[in-house]
Amino acid sequence: MAAEALLSIRDLAVEFRTEDGIVHAVDGISYDVFPGETLGIVGESGSGKSVSTMALLGLIPQPPGRIASGTAMFQGKDLLKLSPKELREFRGDEVAMVFQDPMTSLNPVLKVGYQIAETIKTHYPKEPDDKVTSRVVDLLRLVGVPNPGERSKQYPHEFSGGMRQRAMIAMAIANSPSLLIADEPTTALDVTIQAQVLEVLKTVQEETHAATILITHDLGIVAELCDRVLVMYAGRIVEAGDVLTIFRAPRHPYTVGLLDSLPKLTEDEEWLRPIPGSPPSLINRPSGCAFHPRCFLTQGRPRCREDVPELRDAEGAGHLAACHFSEELAGHQSKFSEPVEAGSGA
Amino acid sequence: MLTYIARRILYSIPVLLATSFLSFTFITKSSDPLANLRANPRTNNPVILHHLAHVYHLDQSLPVRYWYWLQDVFVHKLGISLLTSQPIWPDISVAIEHTLQIILLAQVIALVLGVAVGIYSAIRQYSPFDYAMTSVSFLGYAMPTFWLALILQILFVDIYLKWHVRIFYTSGLNSGVTSSTWSIDRLQHIALPVVTLTVVSFALYSRYMRATMLDVINSDYVRTARAKGLPERLVIFRHVVRNALIPIVTVSALQFGALLGGAIVTESIFQLNGMGYFFITRLQTNDVYSVMAYVMIVAITVIIFNLLADILYGYLDPRIRYD
Amino acid sequence: MTEPTTPLDVRASVVVDPMAVAVPLDLAAAEGMELEARSQWSYARRRFLRHRLAMIGLVGLIIIFGAGALANFVAPYSFDQIDLTYVLHAPTTVGHHVFGTDEIGRDSLSRIIYGIRTSEQVGLTVAVVSTLFGLIVGAIAGYYRGWLDNVIMRITDLILTLPLLVVLLTVAALLGRSSSVWTIVLIIAAFYWTGIARIVRGVFLSLREKEYVEAAKAVGAGDLRIMFRHILPNTLGPIVVTATLAVADAIILEAFLSFLGFGIADPTPSLGKLVSEGQQFPQKWWITVIPGLVLVLIVICVNFVGDGLRDALDPQQRRVRA
Repeated sequence: MAAEALLSIRDLAVEFRTEDGIVHAVDGISYDVFPGETLGIVGESGSGKSVSTMALLGLIPQPPGRIASGTAMFQGKDLLKLSPKELREFRGDEVAMVFQDPMTSLNPVLKVGYQIAETIKTHYPKEPDDKVTSRVVDLLRLVGVPNPGERSKQYPHEFSGGMRQRAMIAMAIANSPSLLIADEPTTALDVTIQAQVLEVLKTVQEETHAATILITHDLGIVAELCDRVLVMYAGRIVEAGDVLTIFRAPRHPYTVGLLDSLPKLTEDEEWLRPIPGSPPSLINRPSGCAFHPRCFLTQGRPRCREDVPELRDAEGAGHLAACHFSEELAGHQSKFSEPVEAGSGA
Repeated sequence: MLTYIARRILYSIPVLLATSFLSFTFITKSSDPLANLRANPRTNNPVILHHLAHVYHLDQSLPVRYWYWLQDVFVHKLGISLLTSQPIWPDISVAIEHTLQIILLAQVIALVLGVAVGIYSAIRQYSPFDYAMTSVSFLGYAMPTFWLALILQILFVDIYLKWHVRIFYTSGLNSGVTSSTWSIDRLQHIALPVVTLTVVSFALYSRYMRATMLDVINSDYVRTARAKGLPERLVIFRHVVRNALIPIVTVSALQFGALLGGAIVTESIFQLNGMGYFFITRLQTNDVYSVMAYVMIVAITVIIFNLLADILYGYLDPRIRYD
Repeated sequence: MTEPTTPLDVRASVVVDPMAVAVPLDLAAAEGMELEARSQWSYARRRFLRHRLAMIGLVGLIIIFGAGALANFVAPYSFDQIDLTYVLHAPTTVGHHVFGTDEIGRDSLSRIIYGIRTSEQVGLTVAVVSTLFGLIVGAIAGYYRGWLDNVIMRITDLILTLPLLVVLLTVAALLGRSSSVWTIVLIIAAFYWTGIARIVRGVFLSLREKEYVEAAKAVGAGDLRIMFRHILPNTLGPIVVTATLAVADAIILEAFLSFLGFGIADPTPSLGKLVSEGQQFPQKWWITVIPGLVLVLIVICVNFVGDGLRDALDPQQRRVRA
C-alpha cells in the first residue's frame, strides 16, 4: 500500500557559474520522501547531496547558482517555483534544516533561547511570550540539554559543540515540521558526541513523527538511522533502495566499492580497499556514466563511455540502480550480508 | 569588568610616564627654551638669562627638570609657557573645546552616513549605488586632508567673490563677535573643516562597514536565520548589522587619534583656534612646555578612547569577557 | 551500439573486485579527472593579472613613477629655472607651461615631476626599510614570545600612543626645520615600522601554533629554519599588501610634513610643498590643485595595486560546498 509522498522531486538540476566554467552540482535527480520515514543521502564531497536539499529551501545564492530545472512538490506546491516570500512560510515551519557546523551556525551575540524563540515567533507571532518561553525550555529538555531553563539564557559560546548541535535540532523542530533535513549533523563533532547527537535525532523522530532527510558520507550512520537510502555520485543518484537491501546486496559498482572499502569489525582484514582514482570534476564530467573511469565492472565496454545510465529497477521492490550492467552484479552479496546485531544505542 | 578597567588604567600610567619622559627628553635636548630671548637684543642679557634659567630649573639635570615639569602638569595645571610667561591651561582649554566640537561633529556625521552607506552597499552588492559609493570612498580616502581643505577654501572664496554670498566661512571661528558654541555663525565657520574631516572618516567607515557586512552575510548563522524563515529585513538588521557593527566601534575609536592629526592641518588652513593650531604655532615658536602640554593631552585622549573602545567592544560581544 | 548480453556463465565469472579497475588511470585523466597541480604562486600571479583595477593602477604607477625617475629627461625645465616673463601664468600650451607657473616663473609641470621623484624616493625607501625592519622585529616578537615579545610590545606601545603625525612633526620641527630627503625618510621610517611589526607579530603568533610548525620541530628543524621556510612564506601575502600600502602612507606623510613647513627643504620640490605654496594665491588655483591631484592619483593607483595583490594572495575564497 503506497503512502502518499510528502515530498516529490523530479529532474532537479542545479548549476553554478564559476570562473572556470559551469559546475553541474546536481544533474537531474528524482526521488520521493514519505511521511515519517528517514531517508539517507550518501555521497562523497562534491556529489551534490547538500546542494540538492539547499535548493529546496531556496538557500542557494542565485548568482552564481541557478536552479536549471526540476520540480519539488510539497504539500501541493512546487517549492522551486515559489516566490521568496511564499517559500519563507515553509522554512522553519513545515520544512526545517539542521546544518553541519554547530560552532558557526548560531549567532554568537544572541542568546540561545532567543534564537530558538525567534523560529516560533516568526511563524506564530501571536503566541504569548510566556508560552513561547516555556516551549523553548521544553524543546531544550527534549533534546537533552541539562538545566534547560538556565541554558536558554546563555550565549552559544557557553555551549559545548554537542550541546550546540542539540540546540540547533531544538530550533529546527520548534514548529513541528513535517520534513526535517539534517545536513551532515555530526560530521564536525567528536565521535562520542556523534553518538549522542544521533540518539537525539532518533528521539526527535519518535516524538515528532517528522520525515527526515539525513545527508552524510558516513555509511555507519545510515545503517543506524535510515529506512531508505540514496547513493549519489557526481550530481546524480546511482542507487536507491531500503537500507537492508542496499547494504546486503548493492547493485551499482560505486555502492559495491563503498561498502567494500569499509572495514568489517567482525573479521580480520589485511588491507583497506579504497575505490581507485579521484572524484570527477563537475565542470568537465566524464562522458557517459560519470563513474566509468573508476569502475571495475565496465571492463572497457564502450556503452559506459557513451550512454548515461538511467535509474532503473534492480532486484527487489523499490530498489533502483543506474548502471548498464547492474544485472551482472546479481547474486553478489556484500560483506555485510550476515546479520550482526548492531549496537542498540546507549 | 571593573578589575579590567582598573588594570588598564594602571597599565596606562607607566606608558604615559614613559611617553612623556621620552618626549620631554627629546624636546628639551633639541631646543633651547630661551632661544627667543637670546635672539632679542633687548633681553639678551646674561644676568636676566641666568636668573630665568634658575627660576625655570633649566640649570638642573634632566630627571630633576622632568620632575618639576610633572609637578607643573598635575599640580599647577600644566604650568607656564616659557615664551609668554603665561599659564598654559587657559589657552589650551579653549583650544580643546573648539577642536572637540569639530571632531565630534565630524565623527558623528561620518559614522551615521558611513554605516548607512556601508549597509546599503553590502545588501545591494555590485549595484550602481555600490560602485558609485565605492568610488567615492576610494577618492575620499586617497585625498590628503590638506588638499581637500584648500580646495573647499578656494571654492567658497570664489563663490563669495563672484556672488557676494557667504555660505560657509573659510577662516576663523566666528565673525567678530564672540559667539556661543552652537550658534549659526559658529556652525557656518566650522562647516568646512567639519566636512573635510568627515570625508576621510566617512570613506573609512563605509568601506569598513561594507567589508564586515559582506563577511557576516556569508557566515553560517545568517544561513541558519534564513533557513528559519525570517524575513530578509530582520535577517539583515537583527543578525547581520548587529554583528558587523562591532568592529566599527574599535575603528572609530582609533580614528579619533587620526582626526587629531588631521585637525592640525585643517585648523592651520582655516585659521581656527584649536588644538592643532595651538600645536603648530607653539612648535614654530619653540614654545617647548606648551608643546609638551599638547603631547600629554593628546596621549591621554588617545589612551582614554582606546580604553572606551575596548569596554564597548566587550559590552557588545558576549564572547569577550575580561577577567 | 548495443552490447550483446553476456551469457549466464560469463556473468557468474565476473570478478566483483572494485580495485580491479580495467581502465588505466591516465585514460581516466583524459576523461576529466583533475590530476594536474599548479603552484600557489602561479595561481596568485594569474589572479593578479586578471584584476582589472590592479592593472590600471600598475600602469598608472609606472607612468607616474617612471616620469619621476626620469625627471631629468622628461621635465621640460629644471625645477628652479626662473622665467620672469610668465609669472603666475595659468596652464597654457605656450612655452610648454602645461601646468602653469608659480610666482617667480618656475614651471609647475617640471616642479611637479621633480616632486614626484621626491615622493617616490621617500615612499619606496620608507616602505622597504620599515617593512624589513618591522618584519624582523615582528617575527622575533611573535615567534619567541616571552620577555622579548613583552619588551618589543612596550616599545611599540610607546610609539603608537601618539598619532604618527604629531610625533613626526615634533621630531622634524625640533631637528631643524627643514631637512634633506633622506633625513625625512629616516624620520618617517623610524616610527612607521612599529605598525608593520604589530601586524607581522600577529601573523607569526597565530601561525606558530599550526601543525606544520610542530611537524617541522619534530623532525629537528631549528628556529631560524622554521621561521624562514615554514612561517614566512605564509605571511608574505599580508606583508606584501602592507608594504604596498606603506608606500602611499609614506608619501602622504611626507606631503603633510612638507605642507606644514617641516618637511623637505628648498630648493628640492615636494608635492606637499607645492600645494602649500598655492595658499597665498587662491585665485591661481592650478598651483594648489594640480600637485594635490597628482598625490591623489598616486595614492589611488597604489591602493588599486594593493587591492589586487590582496585578492590574488588571499587563499581563502568563497567556496560553495557541494
